[in-house]
Amino acid sequence: MCKRVLLIEDEHNIIQAIGFVLSRAGWTVHTHADGATAQAEVIRRAPDVVILDAMLPNRSGFDVLRDLRADPGTAALPVLMLTARGQKRDRELARRAGASHYMTKPFSNDEVLDCLRELTGK
Amino acid sequence: MPRGLTGSRIRARRMALCRTQRELASEVGISPAYLSLIEHDRRRIGGKLLGDIARRLGVPVGSLAEGIDSELVASLHHAVAGMPDIPVEADRAEEFSGRFPGWAELVAAQFRRIDDLERKVESLADRLAHDPDLAVSLHEVLNTATAIRSAASILVGTESIEDEWRDRFHRNIHEDSQRLAEAGQSLVSYLDVVENERKDPASPQEELERWLAARDHHVAGLELRSPTTVDALLAETPGMRSISGRALAGRYFERYRSDALRMPMPDFRDRAESLDFDPVALAGEFGVDLAAVLRRAAALPTPEGGGRIGLVTCDSSGTLTFRKPVDGFPLPRFGAACPLWPLFRALGRPFEPVRALVGIYGREPVRFLVYAVAQPQGKVGFHAPQVFEGTMLMLPADRVTFPDLPVLPAGTSCRICPSESCDARREMSILVEGG
Repeated sequence: MCKRVLLIEDEHNIIQAIGFVLSRAGWTVHTHADGATAQAEVIRRAPDVVILDAMLPNRSGFDVLRDLRADPGTAALPVLMLTARGQKRDRELARRAGASHYMTKPFSNDEVLDCLRELTGK
Repeated sequence: MPRGLTGSRIRARRMALCRTQRELASEVGISPAYLSLIEHDRRRIGGKLLGDIARRLGVPVGSLAEGIDSELVASLHHAVAGMPDIPVEADRAEEFSGRFPGWAELVAAQFRRIDDLERKVESLADRLAHDPDLAVSLHEVLNTATAIRSAASILVGTESIEDEWRDRFHRNIHEDSQRLAEAGQSLVSYLDVVENERKDPASPQEELERWLAARDHHVAGLELRSPTTVDALLAETPGMRSISGRALAGRYFERYRSDALRMPMPDFRDRAESLDFDPVALAGEFGVDLAAVLRRAAALPTPEGGGRIGLVTCDSSGTLTFRKPVDGFPLPRFGAACPLWPLFRALGRPFEPVRALVGIYGREPVRFLVYAVAQPQGKVGFHAPQVFEGTMLMLPADRVTFPDLPVLPAGTSCRICPSESCDARREMSILVEGG
């Protein structure tokens, strides 16, 4: 059965491209672009895996991730964190906030696919 | 400043009096060999022994001890403090600067350069790590690159892609490549600015101070009845290249001009000299605040052969924001100053002027009549944190009559201060063991 991914990212063209690639690979893709309402969207959609951008409008991806980890319902949900800054500081922030995996832009389509497969055992 | 040497002077004076080393040594109770070391500037001399020798030679102590370039010696001490692992003969800095003035200048200049470069590196690193403009530009570049890469590899790698999707990704790539070009350009222009600032390692404050020092802190163009505009002055100030340096200079010139209009020369000079620089009386006569009088006094041209008048200002944190140096009262280039300065006493009690006779620590303390006051900085208002600016004027002995006041000892900064017991000490001195 096809697995569901929630892509939380505010760059429209990245959403389109990644959304296209994931759909072609058999994923059911939902997207969301706002940090403040991201946690509620995760709970509503209950995806198998989340792709979360670090820099979102209204609430940072790191904060969203901390909220998800603090909630028992989403504490174990696989989350792939995306960031446009590969600095050690960000990597460390993501690790401490509880990211399952961390990827720096610009990544390739295949990297994202491989990573999601690994995270969900699909 | 000429660098006479105490030992050489003792020797010259002794020979002029046709006295032998043996005679003089026995009169002051030291061995002839030790006197010989002193005379060849191989031993430091000060305090009681110097006083005794001066008396036997019939000259004032000052004529033997003067002439040591205290700024240079202070710089050497700072240089030593910067390399604590090297066992430098710090107690012989004066001797070194006297015997090898050129080498000493070189050491001091290299120390200043190292300090400048370290600060520059720090500020560039700070900027790369925290500059929001740079972060936004980089973020934009990486985001568009991601979108382009992803879309391009879809177009190349997807078999039988629908026309609608293909057109959409073509459009997206076109859009994103434009955004990428713009972001790239803004990055380049950002790095250009950094590059320009990198060429002159001086801080904006130093740029301005250097420019002012070359004019003895007297800006002739701003003294005219219809003064040069600040913009015109900045245009002919090629030394100040950086944007922040020009902004700082602009503020300084504005204030200078407003002071000059309210206290025009030569009127102010004449009144200041006949009132013995009493800032309270001068403020009353010209109808201005005390800090303005102190600033104006420091803008007086130094008379031929006279001592310079010094000025420092600081903000509420005690950080020095302006320095006009004066011989015998070394000012720290970076970092904090001596907490005993009247400047900081004034900061602790705003509006209340402070007057003190300050003796700067040294072998022969040089004394200054010092006035300081702290006044509000920026607008006064409810609900806003009120900050103060401290202003301190240092008058040397030849410009003013010293009042009968106890001498307040003070230094430059703790690291190079010889004071052995001081409640205000915040770090060890390289000059005092276990200081």
